[in-house]
Amino acid sequence: MASVTIRELKKAYGTTQVMHGVDLDINDGEFVVFVGPSGCGKSTLLRMIAGLEEITDGTVAIGDSVVNDVAPSKRGVAMVFQTYALYPHMTVYKNMSFGLKQAKTPADEIDRRVKAAAEVLQITDYLSRSPRNLSGGQRQRVAIGRAIVRDPEVFLFDEPLSNLDAGLRVQTRLEIARLHERLGSTMIYVTHDQVEAMTLADKIVVLRDGRVEQVGSPIHLYEQPDNTFVAQFIGSPKMNFFEGSDIVGNASTDITGIRPEHLRETDAANAMVSGKLELIEQLGEYALVHLTTSSGAEFIAKMEHPPSVGKGDTLHFNASQQLIHKFDKQSGQRRT
Amino acid sequence: MAIVARSSKFSRIMWPTVAWIVALIFFFPIFWMVFTSFKTDADAVKPEFLFSFKPTLENYFNMTENYDYWRFAANSVITSSFATILALVVGVPAAYAMAFNPSRHTKDILVWMLSTKMLPAAAVLYPMTFLTKNMLGIYDTHFLVIVVLCLINLPIVIWMLFTYFKEIPKEIIEAGKMDGVDTWGEIKDILIPLAWGGVASTALLCFIFCWNEAYWTVRLTTTEAATLSKLIEGNRAPEGLFFGRLSAVSTAAVGPIIVLGWFCQKQLVQGLTFGAVK
Ligand SMILES: Nc1ncnc2c1ncn2[C@@H]1O[C@H](COP(=O)(O)OP(=O)(O)O)[C@@H](O)[C@H]1O
Ligand SMILES: [Mg+2]
Repeated sequence: MASVTIRELKKAYGTTQVMHGVDLDINDGEFVVFVGPSGCGKSTLLRMIAGLEEITDGTVAIGDSVVNDVAPSKRGVAMVFQTYALYPHMTVYKNMSFGLKQAKTPADEIDRRVKAAAEVLQITDYLSRSPRNLSGGQRQRVAIGRAIVRDPEVFLFDEPLSNLDAGLRVQTRLEIARLHERLGSTMIYVTHDQVEAMTLADKIVVLRDGRVEQVGSPIHLYEQPDNTFVAQFIGSPKMNFFEGSDIVGNASTDITGIRPEHLRETDAANAMVSGKLELIEQLGEYALVHLTTSSGAEFIAKMEHPPSVGKGDTLHFNASQQLIHKFDKQSGQRRT
Repeated sequence: MAIVARSSKFSRIMWPTVAWIVALIFFFPIFWMVFTSFKTDADAVKPEFLFSFKPTLENYFNMTENYDYWRFAANSVITSSFATILALVVGVPAAYAMAFNPSRHTKDILVWMLSTKMLPAAAVLYPMTFLTKNMLGIYDTHFLVIVVLCLINLPIVIWMLFTYFKEIPKEIIEAGKMDGVDTWGEIKDILIPLAWGGVASTALLCFIFCWNEAYWTVRLTTTEAATLSKLIEGNRAPEGLFFGRLSAVSTAAVGPIIVLGWFCQKQLVQGLTFGAVK
């Protein structure tokens, strides 16, 4: 097990800079999720930690030693790829043992470790099969198994669930969480899916255009987003933003952010924000009510009991003061 | 419906017929050559004897006894095999580097390599002969033929291998890096097993090209390293129209490669359609 320390990390492809100086501290045993929209540099950052991508500037340290010039296999990390990247010409057993063999591990030790990992992942029955005869979910387990047998200090996952169907994704997500519990290793996990980030992470790192927007626990990011980007990226449906005039009695130009689940229906006299009903999405447990303010801004309210009014009628809402977020209109930064 | 059925029945008969006719037209010279090789030189030039003649093995006996067929054949086998091996030894690492660690210039290098094939061979005939004969003293050696055959086929070998290697997902090679294989291990344990079909068809095609090469093998050899192409060439014109003998020599020269091609048909077709590693 080990901590990971990243300082002033930069990456450029030719003249295009894609990482602009990232600083990050990942504690020993922590489950850290890099999240952000596609193309923001999550994979690049992960691959620089893995050693698959050259570091343009800055340092990556694992434990106490800077690993910039250390070969991937010598960094004590193991990676699970989005496409699984199993060796198609080897059996599951060989796939899992290949790395240990390279490290000249004794055969009985290899056998013990592969069988133990297979046991945990319930793939013992497939050990002699070829990857091409496995389902997507089984391949994913083999890929995780291949990482486990190497007993790494740090696990790296690059969108490991994105090729699985929805049901399997939830199940595998749980298994990865259990695996972390069980092994206690440091894990770094890349995803563009904020739900995966929220459910798995001890600590979330929100990235955007090669920069860290905010680092914090899931609940911290949800309750105290540093800026409009994080505010809308974390939470689903995303946070509603209102311009000054949409909010009753508001004189400032700040953006007011209120999450759909924090809007409470009220009467006209107590209303903070009002809107015309456009559409109701009934989801059973709750309904998502889509509305438009008089200035034309769209927003969503999450309601347990959908209103018994028709399309075009006006609804009124307020929210408790501590659930209201204020952001500077120009910079998008949070007002304290 | 009836019309559709009739037209499909028609095309079921028609297209195979067309295919056969075209194939026979292409095949006819070879067919004619094989026939002629069993005729005496005298019979060979008489048109009425195309099918009616007394077959004889005289030409073949003559070829092996007086023209040293086996030595030429051995030279062909040696030079083609070693040239192919050499081309793979150089080509596999080159294609590997270009497929998995491309630089800004990779595309240019690939195009440049092919462009060397556009230079007319005749343009360098004089310098090649002069240099190898008078300066390096390697004229008419196996070494020279092997190097020349290797070099003229290297562009196509690298192109083919590059195309196959490109089909291997980069992540698999990266997984290998994470598992700690070195470059040689990557090539030996991952790349070649995965692209085995491609490497084999590349080797096969290279071997066939080497075997059939005539321009340089004829001009850069006299006796020591002379291949079957040289044997055919040597039996061609000067003494008149010895078609029977020439045909026997030619048949014996192309025979092995046609047999090889026949047995490796599947491999070749797969190789030439460039595909399907995954
Ligand atoms: N090999 C490369 N050459 C040039 N640009 C690249 C290369 N790989 C990634 N990029 C660029 O770097 C940025 C970050 O990519 P990536 O880390 O893959 O994003 P993410 O994983 O967050 O979707 C993107 O803008 C992408 O276009
Ligand atoms: Mg990515």
